[in-house]
Amino acid sequence: MDPGLRLLLLSGLALAALSAPPVAQAQDVVGAAPATPQVVEPRVKRREVEPAAIDSENFEAGAFLGVVGIEDFGSSFSYGARIAYHFTEDVFAEATIGTAEAGRTSYEELSGSAELLTDSERRFTHYDLAVGWNVLPGEVFLGGSRAMPSAVYVTLGAGSTRFAGDDHFTVVLGAGLRLLANDWLAVHVDARNIAFESDLLGDNKLTHNLQFTFGLTAFF
Amino acid sequence: MKTRRPRLARLATHLLLGLLAAAPAGAASAVQTVVQDPYLELRTGPGRGFPVTQVVDRGAAVSLLRRRTDWIKVRGADGTEGWAHRTQLERTLTPEGEAPALAGPAPEARTEHRWETTLATGDFDGASVVSGSVGYLPAPNLLLRADVSHLLGNYSNGWLGTVGIAHVFMPQWRVSPFVGLGGGVLRIEPKATLVQAEDRTDTTAYAGIGLRGYLTNRFLLQAEYRQYVVFTSRDDNEEIDAWTLGFAYFF
Repeated sequence: MDPGLRLLLLSGLALAALSAPPVAQAQDVVGAAPATPQVVEPRVKRREVEPAAIDSENFEAGAFLGVVGIEDFGSSFSYGARIAYHFTEDVFAEATIGTAEAGRTSYEELSGSAELLTDSERRFTHYDLAVGWNVLPGEVFLGGSRAMPSAVYVTLGAGSTRFAGDDHFTVVLGAGLRLLANDWLAVHVDARNIAFESDLLGDNKLTHNLQFTFGLTAFF
Repeated sequence: MKTRRPRLARLATHLLLGLLAAAPAGAASAVQTVVQDPYLELRTGPGRGFPVTQVVDRGAAVSLLRRRTDWIKVRGADGTEGWAHRTQLERTLTPEGEAPALAGPAPEARTEHRWETTLATGDFDGASVVSGSVGYLPAPNLLLRADVSHLLGNYSNGWLGTVGIAHVFMPQWRVSPFVGLGGGVLRIEPKATLVQAEDRTDTTAYAGIGLRGYLTNRFLLQAEYRQYVVFTSRDDNEEIDAWTLGFAYFF
């Protein structure tokens, strides 16, 4: 006999023996049967559903080039790289590194030969870690039939600038426009103020180095 | 139902793959889902600032192509494409009869996340600090972390690298206090304009106290005060007060 069936009959009998008078015994065995577990266990296994495999593209990386005005040292060609992570549609974090070769001060130009800095000290390299906010999301219209999603954003960051043989604590305030050329490629136009204190020309002063760049980034 | 965000390893592969083939991907692994709301709103871009230009009716199927923050690009059966918000797509049903797993971090992620990164700035004995750190949480209130700080002062610059352990007292609270201990290496490079200054590298240990507050379910604002003891090669050890304010984000 099947063990399940035997258990069922035995439990029914035991129940009847304990609870009912002997006369009603047979009737009770029949009545107790439907309340016991199912005889045939369903063997249906629920299909495991994999979580949706959608490509999340919250990282953005790319390069930029443009011009930076290094206070007292003229304007120079500047280039660099950036990587950003978009937390929400409004807020992102961005790490930027850039470099330029500083020119000569007016004093150096006029005096003829007095060099304030060596060639290696003229290298202007800065990095910063910033938080950005997409202030104005919207669209840029190109002609009558084409619109590109865009966002105007502001960033505030802190970092360091290596210039004239020293590292300087740097605060970077920026604003830019991001245009999405397609789903994964973005075009940036940025203006940033790279501000740090320098005592290179005597007194300690806060220098503002304005940088204007054009960049391309890819979302991945 | 909660979903776990990609771990660091997955993230790294993602990053690598993304760099190798920064080309439109996603169409191959499209997930299908059927609209249950009266209609699904499609915007031109991944954000609420972009206009709704098209809708997909109830009962129609859409393919989920790619995701950016809380917005998912979908394609309808007739080729219509646009960006739909996560909350509306959660009210759709996949062919298995379930809502697609798109959920952002739930409040319980506060005690369930494993990896976090922090960016901070502050003051280290008068010098400015820019620091970054990576943390791992083997238990909700235990935080193992490694920090790298760039120190930028008037007379000297330097680097500080530490590893440490912290105990977070009520990780489920919106604002939770923590205490930490750790140690590392401090390298000080006096500025070139100073005379007879030598670079020096010393070991250091710290004890710290701080507060972490959730700005969103995945974003933390973190303030920390640390007292460092620098084991110098001179007669006296040096004591340094440092404080930082930064934000942490977890995966």
